[in-house]
Formats: sequence, structure tokens, C-alpha cells
Amino acid sequence: MIRVLKYVAIDILKNKIVIAYTIILALFSWSVFSLEDNAAKGILSLLNVILLTVPLVSILFSTIYIYNSNEFIELLVSHPVKRNKIWTALFTGLSLSMVAAYIIGAGIPLLIFADFNIAILMITAGSLLSVIFVAVAFLCSIITRDKAKGIGLSIMLWLYFALLFDGLVLFLFFQFADYPIEKIVVALSALSPIDLFRILVLLKLDVSAMMGFTGAVFQDIFGSTWGLVFSFTLLALWVAIPFLISLRMFNRKDL
Amino acid sequence: MIEIKKLTKSFGKLKALNNVNLNLAQGECIALIGPNGCGKTTLIKSILGMVLPENGDIIFNGKNIKNDNLYRNEIGYMPQIGRYPENMTIGQIINMIQGIRNQQRDLDVELYNSFGIAKMLDKKMHALSGGTTQKVSATLAFMFPSKVLILDEPTAGLDPIASEILKDKIIEARKKGILVLITSHLLSELENIASQIIFMEDGNLILHKNVEELKSDTGQSSIAKSIIHILKNKVA
Repeated sequence: MIRVLKYVAIDILKNKIVIAYTIILALFSWSVFSLEDNAAKGILSLLNVILLTVPLVSILFSTIYIYNSNEFIELLVSHPVKRNKIWTALFTGLSLSMVAAYIIGAGIPLLIFADFNIAILMITAGSLLSVIFVAVAFLCSIITRDKAKGIGLSIMLWLYFALLFDGLVLFLFFQFADYPIEKIVVALSALSPIDLFRILVLLKLDVSAMMGFTGAVFQDIFGSTWGLVFSFTLLALWVAIPFLISLRMFNRKDL
Repeated sequence: MIEIKKLTKSFGKLKALNNVNLNLAQGECIALIGPNGCGKTTLIKSILGMVLPENGDIIFNGKNIKNDNLYRNEIGYMPQIGRYPENMTIGQIINMIQGIRNQQRDLDVELYNSFGIAKMLDKKMHALSGGTTQKVSATLAFMFPSKVLILDEPTAGLDPIASEILKDKIIEARKKGILVLITSHLLSELENIASQIIFMEDGNLILHKNVEELKSDTGQSSIAKSIIHILKNKVA
């Protein structure tokens, strides 16, 4: 697998989109922290940008990249290479490059300007978020052979996770405001990796005090060490499940 | 060498392979012929593990190829339409395949030399003509020591000189005791190469015979005429 990974890595590193993505993330992070005196405010702005861009770039770039690697995959399959290894190497290569771009672009300024604990949390969770959307991209691109459909599907999923899901939760919140639905909302938030990430960071920023009773419930559940472990396990599941399903499908695919 | 038992594969409603049984012996040069869409490429891709059949087994050198990939070390494959990563150069592709096969020594560079690949190493794959892509495919197929060569329409798109070079190479490979499986629509091209003929139609195996046997059975002097003879008799 290392041998296959080498060629995937060389190919991605030459890709201009990854370099542009790194530079844009870096430009934004540095400017946010230079403009705000208050590091916490800077983190909030940065958080919102990261929650929109990181999933979008990870899922779109990966989906397009996998479709463009069709020839590469076909070429390798006729040689003595296990299918498992080809797919895993592609996944590792894409994940590593997305994580590297995130850490160089957003991680370094975070470490310099933000509180160390929060910086580490944001770097870990953001890296996981990148990998999660790479995994979802793998699922999208194996479901359909048609490139346009696959890219469409990945954009829809991004829209759903980044925008629609919040809307749905808010809608539920207002509809059932008279009932004690805080626990249900906590459970629902596990269904979206982006929301999990947001809650984790907000709680560490001490702005949860302004989130009312729900904030208190969140603090109670996610604020503890167990909560942290629990949410990172959930995030890890978000990587493992889509990827393993796609791997299974790839092993049975006719090329 | 390769034993195919009750191989069945369908794409949706289309039966690409219907209960095909074959025994391909070492040292033969087997021509796989039949009309478009008769299942030739599906059969080849099944042997290579690119297409996964619903039913049946393929035994390669005594071992079932299901869940195995090392047997592909013994196969040189030239696809009908070579598809390569577009922004890689010829040199990078050759290096990559050598790296993946983990084989830098004992390489057969005869086609590499006679096709003049060395002069084109820096060319990107997307800038190549169809014929040059075929030359790269052929070079890669013959480069590694193998027991089986699978050539899907090898001479399509090649210029006459290259096509002659390739044909000589195929004959030479057969003399070395390599099993050569070749598909072609140009029956005249197979005349001096093939030792056995497999004829397929709509996913069914119609015949598998030695060339000499085929000629004497039909009373014809060439492969092309014998096949036409069989087809005409079937219609009548």
C-alpha cells in the first residue's frame, strides 16, 4: 500500500487546488486574528468559516479527484495489487493532504494566537472533519458511476450538513419549545459532524453561558471528559462507517 | 493453465457470459473472436479480476483466483483502449508499474526499444495519439516476465510497422511457452499467429478448436474462410 500511496501523494501534492486552499485558509486565519484584539472573537469568526469551507473543499475536491483517478484505478487493478489497498491508499492520500492543508492553513495561526487547549481541540476536530468529508466523498463517488451525479450528490450532502440540518434542528426547537426536548437535540446533533464540532468548540469558549438552558444541558453532556471522548468516538465513526461501506462496494465493483 | 468453469456474468438484463466452460493450455496462442458485444472483453476482464462474475470459477495455475491478486504477477495485459492517468508522463507510468510490481530487473525492453519509447518519456499521457497509447500498453504488457499474455485488440490503431513488430513479438512469446490470449476482428491477422480459435456469440461459447482441426472440418484454407463457412451454415 505504501507503494501505491507514494504515487497518489506525489499526484495530489502537485495539485494547485490543494495549494490554493491552504493559502486561502492561511490568509483568512491570519487576518481574522490580526483584526480582532480578542482572540476568542477571532476564534468564533474562524470557526464559522472553517465549518463552511473545510467540509466543502474536502468533499468536492475528493469526489472530483476519485472520478479523475478512474484510469489510475483501472490500470492498477490489472496488476498484482489488492483492491483494498488501492482504495485505502487513495483515501489515505486524500485525507493526509486535506489534513495537511488544514493544519498549515488554519492550525499554525491557531497555535500562535489562540489559547493552547482550544487550538489543539480545533486542530484535532478540524482534521477529523476534513477526513469525515473525504470519507463521505468516497461513498458518493462509489454510489454512482456518473461523475456529474456524484458531484451533485456530494454538493447536496454538504448543503444538508452545513445549512439544512441546522435549519431542521432550529425548526424542531421552535415547534416544540414548550416541551423538554434538550436531550433529543443533543442526540440529533450527533447526526451531523459539523454540529458536533461546533458544540465542542463553543463549550470550550465559555460562550455557552449565553446559550441558556440548552447550553447548560450541552455543557452537562459534552463538557465532561466522557463527553469529549464520546464526541470524538462519534466523529471517528463518521469516518469509519462511510469509508468501510465504500470499500465494500469498491471490492465488488466491475471495472 | 487457465480453467474456466461455468462462468456467468450479466450486466442488468444483458447476459455477457452465459455458463462458459473453457480450458486454456500453456504454450497455445488462442484467438478469441466473435461479433461486437459477444462477451470477449468481459471474459478477459473476468480472468484479470476486473469484472467479478456472479457464478463460476476461474482456476489459474491450479489456484482459484477469487480473493487472490498475486496471480496477476504472471499476466501481461494489454487493454483494448488503454486508459492512463492523464497528467502522468510515459516515464512516470512505466516507473510506477515497475514500482508496483516491485520488479526493476529481468525486464524485457525489446518493444521499449523498437517502439522508440525512450524518446517520448517526458510526454504526458493526454497528449498521446491512440496509436502511441497502444504502444505504451504493449510495452508494459511485454515488459515483465509472465506466463500468460492477454491482448485485447492489440493491433488496432497501430501503424503497419509497429503492428508487424508486435506480431513477431507475439509469435516469439508463444515459442517460449507463454499462453497468449488474443482478441481481434481482423481474422487475416490471426492467420499466422493463432493455434486455437474460440468463437463466442451473445455470451455463449460456440466453438473452441485447434486451427488445423477447424480448417479440415470446414474444408477451408484459412481461418477467415472457415469462420465465414460456419456462420453461413448456421444461418442456413
